[in-house]
Amino acid sequence: MADYAVSLRRYYAYYTVTFFIVILALAVLERHGMPPRWIGYSFLFLTLFLYATIGVLARTANVSEYYVAGRRVPAIFNGMATGADWMSSASFMGLAGTLYLSGYQGLAYVMGWTGGYVLVALLLAPYLRRFGQFTIPDFLAARYGGNLARLVGVFATVLASFVYVVAQIYGVGLITSRFVGLQFEIGVFVGLAGILVCSFLGGMRAVTWTQVAQYTILIVAYLVPVTILSYKVTGIPVPQLTYGHVLQKVRVLEDKIFRDPGEIDARRVFRERADAYYERILTLPDSLAEEDRRLSLRIEDLKKNNAQMRDVVALERQRADLPKTVDGAHGYWESLMRQAAQRGAEPEHHVTAFPGEPGEVGNTERLNFLSLVFCLMVGTAALPHVLMRYYTTPSVRDARRSVFWSLLFILALYLTAPAYAAFAKYEIYSNLIGSSIAQLPVWVTAWGKIGLVSIEDVNGDGILQLSELALNPDVILLATPEIAGLPYVISGLVAAGALAAALSTADGLLLTIASALSHDVYYKIYRPEATTQWRLVVSKALLLVVAVLAATVASQKPASILFMVAWAFSLAGAAFFPALILGVFWKRANPAGAVSGMVVGLSVTVYYMVRVQFDGIPWLGLHGIGMEPWLGIQSTAAGVWGVAAGFLTTVVVSLFGKPPSQETQEFVESVRYPEIVR
Amino acid sequence: MRLERKQREYWYRNLKITGLLLAIWFVVTFVVSYFARELAEFSVFGFPLGFYMGAQGSPLVYVAIIWWYARYMDKLDREYGVDDGE
Repeated sequence: MADYAVSLRRYYAYYTVTFFIVILALAVLERHGMPPRWIGYSFLFLTLFLYATIGVLARTANVSEYYVAGRRVPAIFNGMATGADWMSSASFMGLAGTLYLSGYQGLAYVMGWTGGYVLVALLLAPYLRRFGQFTIPDFLAARYGGNLARLVGVFATVLASFVYVVAQIYGVGLITSRFVGLQFEIGVFVGLAGILVCSFLGGMRAVTWTQVAQYTILIVAYLVPVTILSYKVTGIPVPQLTYGHVLQKVRVLEDKIFRDPGEIDARRVFRERADAYYERILTLPDSLAEEDRRLSLRIEDLKKNNAQMRDVVALERQRADLPKTVDGAHGYWESLMRQAAQRGAEPEHHVTAFPGEPGEVGNTERLNFLSLVFCLMVGTAALPHVLMRYYTTPSVRDARRSVFWSLLFILALYLTAPAYAAFAKYEIYSNLIGSSIAQLPVWVTAWGKIGLVSIEDVNGDGILQLSELALNPDVILLATPEIAGLPYVISGLVAAGALAAALSTADGLLLTIASALSHDVYYKIYRPEATTQWRLVVSKALLLVVAVLAATVASQKPASILFMVAWAFSLAGAAFFPALILGVFWKRANPAGAVSGMVVGLSVTVYYMVRVQFDGIPWLGLHGIGMEPWLGIQSTAAGVWGVAAGFLTTVVVSLFGKPPSQETQEFVESVRYPEIVR
Repeated sequence: MRLERKQREYWYRNLKITGLLLAIWFVVTFVVSYFARELAEFSVFGFPLGFYMGAQGSPLVYVAIIWWYARYMDKLDREYGVDDGE
């Protein structure tokens, strides 16, 4: 065992050194005129080739190797694999931008996505490892005696994981299309190939060892640009320590920029726009026809005066975008009104917590912050693809240690994300805002071309004001190398890191879905007499089917998918958390209680999300189902209600029913107490 | 019978440390965030305290909690002569 760990460490040390040499070599080649596109290709194909090699070397036909990597992953490596498994393309690309855009409020993600591991360590990982089976539904079935609990568990696993995996593949499509110039749909299928080479032949064993490799790449890619930026701005290459002072400088800049007359004027224009949209909504349906006529007239006008083709096309697109129905126009203009109103509102300081008036508004913000933190934490402690990783350690002791390593490796990214936001804000506020729109830096126009940055000189003074700049959250991370004036090889590195983050999470999720379907449904319920060989065949076939399905959905570019990822946490939390926790810590919880608790928790969460978020679901024929949120809590934190309802239902129904059987009581004891003591 | 008592004792001590650490987790997460606005008046390393806790302080406490739990349980295992499937 010890030898195994030592040689693993040596392999990965060689591997890391090689990786650095490759980066240096590419940097030298860039100096000698290698075009950026080729650097992008090199990173894409070299890393994919690497993952494929590990995937093929780790192929296996053994059930225990396939589902839980033979239960011999040392704690530190399991920690790295969990880190890569955990940090998705949303953490890698989106988090820094979210922090940039929402300041203190964005810290809910930093706290939520790290604090959840306290729950994993104290309440779940050691007990699941002592139980020592293959999946989370396995535990539910063993504790709550039967296939009903297992099936509900499988349903919730697939529901929470599938949306999540689609978002990862979508992320791969974005990265490949941005950096390598592949078409989005082709990028999606390149990503699919990348995912399959890791998981298809070797299951959990191959996924584990590629995830360790992917962790190294993603963390190096995340830390390098901001470290260099920190060195340039402050002279100290430790961004996590220096950004406090940068935030103080940002505060001074904010005071100046917020009070700038041009900025105040631009905000006024946006507020007037919001009012105009409001007017239109009030005068529906006449205003829709009126708007169509107005645009047509202007297009005619422009054409007559031989105006620039670009302006005509822009107006024509505006006309084509007009909704066809009154309901559609209502929603369309309402969202435009909200956007305009938001841009016209007084901006908030980056570090201010709950900036609303310290009356009702500020309190709602605080409540939303706290409930989002709660949902993200509980969701972290309930997402099956994370919990499954703690089945793979050699012992309970290693499972406990491994949670420590997991969080330590995860923190390397999460402690850096706020620094990214701070440095980007400092650069943008001090160099970009207030400069002439005719002479913007190259990165602004380059990312503007694919719609991640948009600039509109609403007050027509030729100067860029803060409210005239709109940024997509992803751009903060992707553009930092260019903002810092670094060579293209660093951008390529960031792309490789983003790819590693998306692929590693997708691998873990896909394997979780395939295991739930093949192990829990096919083997445990449908055909318990199936041979081990046949079980693996079914599992691999399902893996392929689910992967292709996910890639097909992703290639449709579903607009709301990224938004729905935040929902996965609430869904998983509401479905699993009460049943798992009470399963270990409350012997009296019985099957009827647990199953009804899971169903009620899940239903309440879905009900709340759908009604708060959507006013109608056309393809189901539902209209006018929107409702006011309870206590002003947003749909992303719907799990607050679901988890509470789940706990309450489980306890009440259990108390009304019979206590669980002697056999179940003994099972709980076997999970609580170590072997030798018994 | 003696083992039975030992088992209960082991479980009881496990529950006690779990409860204690969860209380710390609760305070640094929810109580500190609740008062973030008030804590903004203090400053550490150039950050307002409320912001610092959310961005670095609380996550570092989380790691410490998990590290401490793993260490404590290792010691408990040795004390009770447990060899948990090593």
